[in-house]
Amino acid sequence: MMKKTLIGKKVGMSQYILEDGTVCPVTICELGPCVVVQKKTVEKDGYAALKIGYVDAKEKNLGKALLGDYKKRNISPKKILREIDVFDESLQEGSVISCDVFTENQVVTVSGISKGKGYAGVLKRHGFGGGRKSHGSDFHRAPGSIGAHTYPGEVWKGKKMPGRDGNKHITVKNLKVVKILKDKNIVLISGAVPGRKDSIITVKEK
Amino acid sequence: MNIKEAVEKELMPVERALTFEVGDTVKVHYKIIEGTRERIQIYEGLVIAIDNKGIGKSFTVRRISYDVGVERIFPLYSTRIAKIEVMRKGRIRRGKLYFLRERTGKSAKLKERRGKAVARTTIPKTVEPAAAPKTAEPVEGGDNA
Repeated sequence: MMKKTLIGKKVGMSQYILEDGTVCPVTICELGPCVVVQKKTVEKDGYAALKIGYVDAKEKNLGKALLGDYKKRNISPKKILREIDVFDESLQEGSVISCDVFTENQVVTVSGISKGKGYAGVLKRHGFGGGRKSHGSDFHRAPGSIGAHTYPGEVWKGKKMPGRDGNKHITVKNLKVVKILKDKNIVLISGAVPGRKDSIITVKEK
Repeated sequence: MNIKEAVEKELMPVERALTFEVGDTVKVHYKIIEGTRERIQIYEGLVIAIDNKGIGKSFTVRRISYDVGVERIFPLYSTRIAKIEVMRKGRIRRGKLYFLRERTGKSAKLKERRGKAVARTTIPKTVEPAAAPKTAEPVEGGDNA
């Protein structure tokens, strides 16, 4: 199935008060408007896809090759490009997709780059339990044993160890579109989405 | 105004001015839904804190109920609040009155603020419009091609 997808940015978290007075935690997202920069077809490119662009870019920031491509298609240069499914055959190069492709109460999948945590220990990075903080304990946040002795004589590949955490591509499924403000290009999505404020997110219908 | 503030302003479910301050004694008329029936419960107590900004603004009301201290946090812009009445203004010297939790009896009382001291504050004493739903709903159209 071809899924409706749109790119945008995270504005920040807030609350939304439903009609019955229930307070719902939401993330305010600015989605689109995105321009179809290129329509890939099975005949020409081997697969069908839409290349969409978001946020206008300054001409001086783009290479001549890319700029020439935009000029040829007569589309203003874009900062962010993503390939998405051809969910609507009527979309052509230059058509605009805005946030009204989604409907309220629709279930969506949101992906983006998570906040970087730097070099993190095993408690934060892998959720290890750690040791006791008091009662004479001298084992607090260390990873503990990382393997046996002569056999296997090595540390298994993939062993959970400290290291860089966050700043990864993360996908969160089953979030709900709570409210759409079309004139502002704003979509309120229930719960949290990956990334910091202003980070680029991709929202896809389930 | 940034985007978040603009969105929160548009989504505000009720028009409600902040007519009270920390230290005031208020009566909160809160709608309780029991199955299909709806009734109003009045919760009276002392406002010991006002928190957060924007649509999530909330206040904490403390009262002593059958010798037990009870604190209830209300979202200020909740549609379930029918009315907030200010009963008494209190004289305070700090923004959060958490020190009252350790006090009982007379020491847990605040002095009342009357006369000129009350008049000086810009907040009207008891004016509280009923929680009427916002008239102007966000426009549907607004072509954004």
